[in-house]
Amino acid sequence: MYPSLTSFSGDLFAEFDSLQRQLDHLMGLRGWPSSIRAAGRGAYPAINVGSTEDAVEIYAFAPGIDMSRLEVTVDKGLLTIAGERASDVPEETDKVSVYTRERFAGAFKRVVSLPADVDSSRVEATYRNGVLRIAIPKLEAAKPRRIEVKTH
Amino acid sequence: MDTNVTTRPAAEADTAVIVPAVDIVEDEHGITLKADLPGVSKEELAIGIDGDNLTIEGTVKLGESSRMQPVYAEIRVAHYKRSFVLSRDLDGAKIDAAMKNGVLTLTVPKAEAAKPRRIAVRAD
Repeated sequence: MYPSLTSFSGDLFAEFDSLQRQLDHLMGLRGWPSSIRAAGRGAYPAINVGSTEDAVEIYAFAPGIDMSRLEVTVDKGLLTIAGERASDVPEETDKVSVYTRERFAGAFKRVVSLPADVDSSRVEATYRNGVLRIAIPKLEAAKPRRIEVKTH
Repeated sequence: MDTNVTTRPAAEADTAVIVPAVDIVEDEHGITLKADLPGVSKEELAIGIDGDNLTIEGTVKLGESSRMQPVYAEIRVAHYKRSFVLSRDLDGAKIDAAMKNGVLTLTVPKAEAAKPRRIAVRAD
């Protein structure tokens, strides 16, 4: 499905990719139904979502953002990441030539629907190396737990 | 996990890269290149010059838990790579690189001889 984007082994998301391709193959589907809020390829910022026993983690690949212009909100089970990235490219003049302008500039907004079993009152967001990581803990009741088996 | 499905040949793994988006601007001092490399720390970045070839490479390290299960992924490759050919008027030995918030800024100065200068016209 994405021949140029095949993962290497050991990558966190390689398993997802391979699963998706197996499903495509088994069901004879060319286009696996995507999330209704998914943006096209190349959207800014790109988003990965992962889940552990304790939390759901969202990674937004958002390089070069001024924190004062970034807004992360949670409302009715929807997480919104919005902001603006200023252009770094100067005006073209007789002394300045712009050859390539591929990096995203302007306002952006991405929306992710959260699963029902998370505690959206305890969202934690950190920004490091251009990646915004948002961790939302799962509700205590949703965490896997071991059941003691009693013997009589 | 079924290793037959998830493990791919090393050769293929080596070729799977993300080509980072760049801005390239030239002024009278030289060329400034900015590249988006989110998730790449200073330590995971490699800038190489081989003759006229400038190569930028980086590896994404998110520091996620090993128990994490992927749910949805738009970035499925953890390597960035892009190469450029420098021209003779640029001084590859004096490249300056800075990394901030996942954005690499490279400045490639012009070789002294290539800087614009006014040519005096002699009147005989």
